[in-house]
Amino acid sequence: MPVIRDTPVLPSGTAAGIETIGMTMRFGSFTALDDVSIRVPAGSFHALLGENGAGKSTLVKCIMGFYHATSGALVVDGREVSVASPRDAATFGLGMVYQHFTLVPSLTGAENLVISRSDVPAVINWGQERKDLARFMERMPFRIPLDRPVRELAAGEKQKLEIVKQLYLGRSFLILDEPTSVLTPAEADEMLGLVRGLTDSGGLTVLMISHKFHEITKFADAVSILRRGKLVGTGAIGDLSTAAMAALMIGDVKLAELDSRAPVGDTAETVLRLSSIKAPDRSGLKTIEIDDLTVRAGEIVGIAGISGNGQKEVTEILAGQRPPVSGTIEVHGAAYGATRAETRKNNVRFIPEEPLQNACAPRMTVSENLSFRTFDLKPDGGQAIWLSKAGMKARATALIADFKVKTASASSPIAALSGGNVQRAVLARELIGDVDLLIVSNPCFGLDFSAVAEIRARIMKARNAGTAVLLLSEDLDELLELSDRILVISEGRLVYETAARGADIGIIGAHMAGHH
Amino acid sequence: MSETDIGLWGVPLAIIAGAIRVSTPFIFVSLGEAITERSGRINLGLEGTLVFGAMTAYAVAVLTGSPWLGVLAAMAAGSVFGLIHGFICRFPRVNDIAIGIAMMQFGLGFAFFLGKPFIQPSAPKLPSIPLGNWSSYPQVQAALNINVLFFIGFLLALFLAWAFRNTRPGLILRVVGDSTDAARAMGVNPDRVRLLATALGGALAAVGGAYLSLYYPGSWNEGISSGQGLMAVALVIFARWNPINCFLAALLFGGTGALGPALQSVGVTQGYYLFYAAPYVLTLAILIATSSPNRALSGAPGELSLTK
Repeated sequence: MPVIRDTPVLPSGTAAGIETIGMTMRFGSFTALDDVSIRVPAGSFHALLGENGAGKSTLVKCIMGFYHATSGALVVDGREVSVASPRDAATFGLGMVYQHFTLVPSLTGAENLVISRSDVPAVINWGQERKDLARFMERMPFRIPLDRPVRELAAGEKQKLEIVKQLYLGRSFLILDEPTSVLTPAEADEMLGLVRGLTDSGGLTVLMISHKFHEITKFADAVSILRRGKLVGTGAIGDLSTAAMAALMIGDVKLAELDSRAPVGDTAETVLRLSSIKAPDRSGLKTIEIDDLTVRAGEIVGIAGISGNGQKEVTEILAGQRPPVSGTIEVHGAAYGATRAETRKNNVRFIPEEPLQNACAPRMTVSENLSFRTFDLKPDGGQAIWLSKAGMKARATALIADFKVKTASASSPIAALSGGNVQRAVLARELIGDVDLLIVSNPCFGLDFSAVAEIRARIMKARNAGTAVLLLSEDLDELLELSDRILVISEGRLVYETAARGADIGIIGAHMAGHH
Repeated sequence: MSETDIGLWGVPLAIIAGAIRVSTPFIFVSLGEAITERSGRINLGLEGTLVFGAMTAYAVAVLTGSPWLGVLAAMAAGSVFGLIHGFICRFPRVNDIAIGIAMMQFGLGFAFFLGKPFIQPSAPKLPSIPLGNWSSYPQVQAALNINVLFFIGFLLALFLAWAFRNTRPGLILRVVGDSTDAARAMGVNPDRVRLLATALGGALAAVGGAYLSLYYPGSWNEGISSGQGLMAVALVIFARWNPINCFLAALLFGGTGALGPALQSVGVTQGYYLFYAAPYVLTLAILIATSSPNRALSGAPGELSLTK
């Protein structure tokens, strides 16, 4: 059998242990990584915990050879090695699965695997390759369709394929960067369980970056915690409680607390109602069908689902970007078409996912972006012809202070802000004034603890002030924390509804995965 | 009436003949453009490359007496045009479409400048294969007198369709076209792949030009191209970047292009000029019919500046 591997140092299927010794990385005067020494023995499952900007990705990039550490050393299997590039890392059997997918969308799984090898022959003998792949997949715990283009795979399948690709290339040590951020709880458990099985059998060592404590406590052997570039704690999983890990991770920062939840009155008005909505999905091949969806004043309705099951289309329908084929959208009992006049009249606000791309003009200034809702209004409410630059700036300055947006000035381009601060700025624009209906999609994706706490507190505050909130999120924890009711969307339909209090994650997860 | 008059049968025959005769330059230009676009770059300059290829092929055929040397010279010239385009596009903040338009004008102007002395002399033609000898009708014999380049184009389309799936260069080309990041992660230099893909695209477009000047219409003048180089870019999109579809689209385009002359030849005197526009109307109609406001262009290489 031909050897499918480009890792010459260790025999395939043998775990490699690594160790960093005093790893330090400086960018100019900024120290991103300060004297970090961690030890990951062969065959172990090690978790790396830390806030955004704590140095986790700097550390793994130093290990993988993307960065060259200012000082410090890397030891692989007891030998000090120098890794100048990811190619070098590959020769030592080190591989990494990135948070964003690096698979080529239009190629099939099999094509993706074969072309990633360094010894592909000029003419590929697919008959032979398929046989080799089938034999290789027999040894894999994952079942993935290899004949379909990767773009048609679900996020979970892509994530598994990324891991399979690394094993196919014969890696002995794998870094997983937040591997479960796009998976359902059930998919995440399954995937991590299988990876854990690989480490237990001595075939692989894993270093996993994660934010999720329950994953770490369930699957990892040991954890290292970084804060502001320093290693602040390390130990076996049994020795550290979740609270202790959280305290080490965030330090003495005080997180914004959620308001207590005001009860939803029985007489609360129905603000948003979708009835028998039908619309084509992005591929045009399937339809989105929302039979009945209501959101009342003062409640948060959460929509859970695996990415790509129609959430994006639902937000587009509500934003007027995707005209439904049939059905009605009503706000305050009147037909609603998401025109500027209608959103203004009904106080509808909208925070799409990835707000920098979807709700901002990235190269315009923070101040201009903050006035998108109001720039064409005179103070008395009439249509303005001339922009009031001074008024825009004054408003922006007030909003920046109020929502703690960190920016060099109100006239910096909004694209220069960090993700959390863009999110805060958009939140500031959308939440100011009277808001009757707020539509939010994945508001906390990729943000750190304190930004997440702050943004969730703002949404809860709006709810308590009587805003009807429709929250679409891929993060179940977020939905359970914020929502009053949770609906599950699967293949473009709402398939399950439950009160958030006392909801069973297992049942929600099963519906998300399509078992109804 | 002579016995060789085939009456209204002349129309479908002319369409088939036209499909074969007129389509050949479209086949080569669109296959070349398909390779370039699959690498994630658009070369709009192929019109200039085509005309320059036509001039080079004609000039070399006149000077050497060999049409095949003319075709080879055209390929060399075309690949130089592609290399220039590809080389300029690797710089940051350079737009491939703008460079393409500049290269198109440059190619046209330069071809007319160098080609002035070759308008008068006549060049040897490319050979064709008479497949219609079984028929006693001269029209059928003429229609089935098929140029060798047409068969080469057909085989090339099959080969490319196979190569995109079954060869390392084919897969690497698709990787680069779909995701620059994935290509870099794989240790492939996307700029070099695109440079080569653009050069190859230019070489094939120039073969299309050689067909124009060395076979049909078979002369060199400033009006030799009627926009084949530009239409081929639209054909590639229409064919969804699939070489076999490119071949079929070129046939369809050539066939409808023959509609006007065919109607004229059977005695339609009114409005046949309208039918000269048939290929363009057909392209517009098909593009509109297959488009959708809600769906992304399927099959489009992810790195193409059209789809970004």
